[in-house]
Amino acid sequence: MTLSLSVVLAVSALMFGLGVYGALTQRNAIRVLMCIELVLNSVNINLVAFSRYVGPDQALGQVFTVFVMTVAAAEAAVGLAIILMVARRKAHIDIDQINLLKW
Amino acid sequence: MAELAWLVPVLPLASFLFISLAGQTVKGDGDRIGIAAVGASLLLSLAILFDVIGGARVAADMVWAFFGSIQLRMGYQVDPITATMLVVVTLISFLVHIYSLGYMHGDVRYKRYYAILSLFTASMLGLVLADNFLMLFIFWELIGLCSFLLIGHWYEKQDVGYAAMKAFLTTRVGDVGMFIGIMLIFFHARTFQFDGVAQAVAAGDFAGAALAVAAVLIFAGAVGKSAQFPLHVWLPDAMAGPTSVSALIHAATLVAAGVYLVARAYGIFAPSPTALMTVAWVGGITAIFAASIALVMEDIKKVLAYSTVSQLGFMMVALGVGGYTAGIFHLVTHAIFKALLFLASGSVIHGVDTQNMHEMGGLYKKMPVTFWTWAIGSGALAGIYPLAGFWSKDEILLAAHEGGYTALFWILVIAAVFTAFYITRATILTFFGQPRDKKRFDRAHESPATMTVPLIILAALAVVLGFANSPHTGWWFSHFVYFDHPHEAAASPFVLFWATASWVVGVGAAILIYGLGVISRRAVIDNLRPVWALLKNKYYFDELYHLVFVRGTVAISRIVGWFDRVVIDGIVNLVGYGAAKLSRATGEFDLDVIDGAVNGIAVLVRSGGAVLRRLQTGYVQSYVLALFVTVVVGLLVFAFGG
Repeated sequence: MTLSLSVVLAVSALMFGLGVYGALTQRNAIRVLMCIELVLNSVNINLVAFSRYVGPDQALGQVFTVFVMTVAAAEAAVGLAIILMVARRKAHIDIDQINLLKW
Repeated sequence: MAELAWLVPVLPLASFLFISLAGQTVKGDGDRIGIAAVGASLLLSLAILFDVIGGARVAADMVWAFFGSIQLRMGYQVDPITATMLVVVTLISFLVHIYSLGYMHGDVRYKRYYAILSLFTASMLGLVLADNFLMLFIFWELIGLCSFLLIGHWYEKQDVGYAAMKAFLTTRVGDVGMFIGIMLIFFHARTFQFDGVAQAVAAGDFAGAALAVAAVLIFAGAVGKSAQFPLHVWLPDAMAGPTSVSALIHAATLVAAGVYLVARAYGIFAPSPTALMTVAWVGGITAIFAASIALVMEDIKKVLAYSTVSQLGFMMVALGVGGYTAGIFHLVTHAIFKALLFLASGSVIHGVDTQNMHEMGGLYKKMPVTFWTWAIGSGALAGIYPLAGFWSKDEILLAAHEGGYTALFWILVIAAVFTAFYITRATILTFFGQPRDKKRFDRAHESPATMTVPLIILAALAVVLGFANSPHTGWWFSHFVYFDHPHEAAASPFVLFWATASWVVGVGAAILIYGLGVISRRAVIDNLRPVWALLKNKYYFDELYHLVFVRGTVAISRIVGWFDRVVIDGIVNLVGYGAAKLSRATGEFDLDVIDGAVNGIAVLVRSGGAVLRRLQTGYVQSYVLALFVTVVVGLLVFAFGG
């Protein structure tokens, strides 16, 4: 059986919505980071799906996905390092309490 | 030898350079170097003269510079008049060099004196050798410079400095005219060469009014240099220089340069009756005018100075009335006997240390050589047979008579009477009568041999030179120096009578008044007081020139100064005031408007920033929310906004 493109896209949109919602509402920085990973992975699904259904003879979407995953890994490393430093200075990682970047 | 003519001025020039540049490093005062150089020039000049008498003529030139098709050439030419002048200049210069050994002995600027004497000799020789107007003009200015330097030899005295300046500036008036004349000639004839100009005149390319104007302008230069009326005022003042200089420069050579110039440029004078009449009448007026002033001068050198002016007037008349040879011949004889008179007067001044004849008297016993040579010079000047002046003056009178210039003839006769009178008066006042200043008389002594030997040589020449143009030698000089063709004036008993009568009357009257006292000098002065005062004050020419030119210049300067101060300064100050006002206004504009605008923008940005920075909450999630909302809104607009 074959899944239609719109089903895959719907799954992807659901994941994206979950990710954005989580990133906006969660107060724990680790959770925010995880939600951002969800957003990125929903994009990856989109890329792979479009590649599979629109241009199957070329693996463009897959290549893009590899790039996004690389960037996501780097981003997670930087993000976790920042959170680690914040945790050391403030003894918590509550995003609501961290507003050093204002003004 | 004539080919070596270029060497004649080069020797004194080398002497000048050596004395003035290297003279400091060698022993001696430069006098021997100068004498040796001029002596060599004299020998060379004599050899050249004999060559030229034998028929040799030399002309050589080379291109000096060219502008397009116009060539400036420099070169020299040796013809009878040049050869004659070479000998006259070197001879008198040589004798004056020797005479100065005694006269200038122990002078503060002895070396400088000899250096400039050499430079003068070189320049004067260059002038007579020059074959074109431009070179002649250059040397003309050089002799003027030397004259200035030598008149001002004792420049510590203020009068001397002023006299030097006066000589320089007065001759400059004539020189400007002369330069314009030369340019006019060049404009029409397209050449400076004497022969080229003569050819242009002969071919008719250069004629009419332009020619006459050019000739008169050239003559203006001669008027200045030869101290002719009305530019004569500098020569009497030039007597402030050493007497040896007066003899060389202001009697024999420099002042004769004007006459030489007219003679050399005779080709442009001859075709123009106007120019010739100008020359003749200026000469005639000068001759009688200066002679009349010489009648009453007390300073022995002033008498000789005015006498020189007067005699130069005689030469000009000769040239003006067509007596070319007579003019040149008088130039030569006058150079000899007037140099003699000046050197003799220098000997007297050397002895008694005064120039005022009223403080002399009775000197013939103390200074026999000076007296006898002076007497010969005086006789020559008065025109007594057989001395040199007799022959040359007679020639001039003859030329005026023959040319039909009756008025000029009588003017010259009267001037000749004056001449005989003033020179006899000077002789009597100086050498005869009782000593009027005992102290000076006691101190007086005969001058050393370096001074008397030149006197004796010149006196001998003054005796024999006249015969060069006399029946005894078949009017030899007339066949040697002439313009166009030799001219032998037929002897005229009428002229001879008046020439002789003039000196008899002049000498006789002077002896009656000053020698024998038959006619009281006082009575003469009292009876002719206005005339006497007029002559004593030299016709008030110095005062007139002072009033017109000196005061006039001062007045004009004052007016110009006032204009400068009031009008020009006013405009400048007004502009300055306006600029200050304007800059104050722009300053205020700057302060208020520009600064206001700049500050206003800054204030706006700051207050804007104060408001907008509230958006930067620092909560990461609010940023993300804003991002998300923006993307959603953007997508909605993209999807449904069309």
